[in-house]
Amino acid sequence: MAKRAAPEVNAGSMADIAFLLLIFFLVTTTIEKDKGILRSLPPIDDSEVEPPIIKQKNLFTVLINRNNQLLVEDEQMELKNLRKAAIEFLDNGGDTNAEGERCDYCRGKRSPSSSDHPDKAIISMKHDRETSYDKYIEVQNELVAAYNFLREREAQRLYNRSFQSMLDEKEKNQFKKDEKLNDQIETIKKLFPMKLSEAEPDKN
Amino acid sequence: MSKFKNKKQGDLPAISTASLPDIVFMLLFFFMVATVMRDSSLMIENILPSADQVEKLKKDRTTFIYAGKPSSQFKQFGDEPRIQINDAFVGIEDIRPAVLQAQADMNEELQSKIVVGLKVDKNTHAGLVSDIKQELRKANTLKVMYITNAKAEQ
Repeated sequence: MAKRAAPEVNAGSMADIAFLLLIFFLVTTTIEKDKGILRSLPPIDDSEVEPPIIKQKNLFTVLINRNNQLLVEDEQMELKNLRKAAIEFLDNGGDTNAEGERCDYCRGKRSPSSSDHPDKAIISMKHDRETSYDKYIEVQNELVAAYNFLREREAQRLYNRSFQSMLDEKEKNQFKKDEKLNDQIETIKKLFPMKLSEAEPDKN
Repeated sequence: MSKFKNKKQGDLPAISTASLPDIVFMLLFFFMVATVMRDSSLMIENILPSADQVEKLKKDRTTFIYAGKPSSQFKQFGDEPRIQINDAFVGIEDIRPAVLQAQADMNEELQSKIVVGLKVDKNTHAGLVSDIKQELRKANTLKVMYITNAKAEQ
């Protein structure tokens, strides 16, 4: 019997298929990029200078115990209420700052028993050695969120745009400095300076 | 019906390989895009916690410290959370030289902006993290980033 010739397969469209697949994968794959909460540690201070006395009302204490329970200003609190409580504390503006200025942008209750001015308001956080890292990050996240919320609000009020978009723009143009934008960012950061201190856990 | 008549029966024609380069290139591109460069293999469990107030990490100025329980292949190292830098478990006292070394290897203009990325398993106790932070303070590398998974905002 004579051999049968298989008809030749047209390979011309193969490249098209390949490109189609290539574009599909290009669109669907995401390059993993790490994200996280950026914080600065305090430098080691060996000097024997007496730390300044901070009034209790300017201090917002957050304690996390070994069972991952929160104690905020001597009261037990659920994590979901922490952000609101921190915002209220920072935004209180009950009195004047060190220069004797009142906080004219605060919208808080101006209660005399809470913080005087965002310049003076300090959030102090302390955790136990046995606290889980998960909880620790959640609390950090809520506290950073409180600052971000207030900064966002001021950016909207002063410059009518979101703080995040300003930071994004700064990031995008990092090689050509935009003085005006930098000034605006600094102004907002100064309105609500991030004073988030962490105490070392007790050794036990 | 001559249209559908079989052609002359001949020998087997060769399959065209003209598109093979395309396929290979496609695969090449795909892997180029999809691979994440990882310079150290993890010897620990590393499920990151999640947060929504996140910033992007700048790879060029970051050095990583991992911490967590040794994973199942490394059970001989015990159950306690350990610290891993590059490819080895290290003790708490090795953090400072390792970080300073990483800083020295960096571009000169970035050395002062060094960020230490902490990739810590979420079931680790926070005491270990505070030990690490204490060492970083001693090394004077004060910027840390707690690397997290991004949580969708509510």
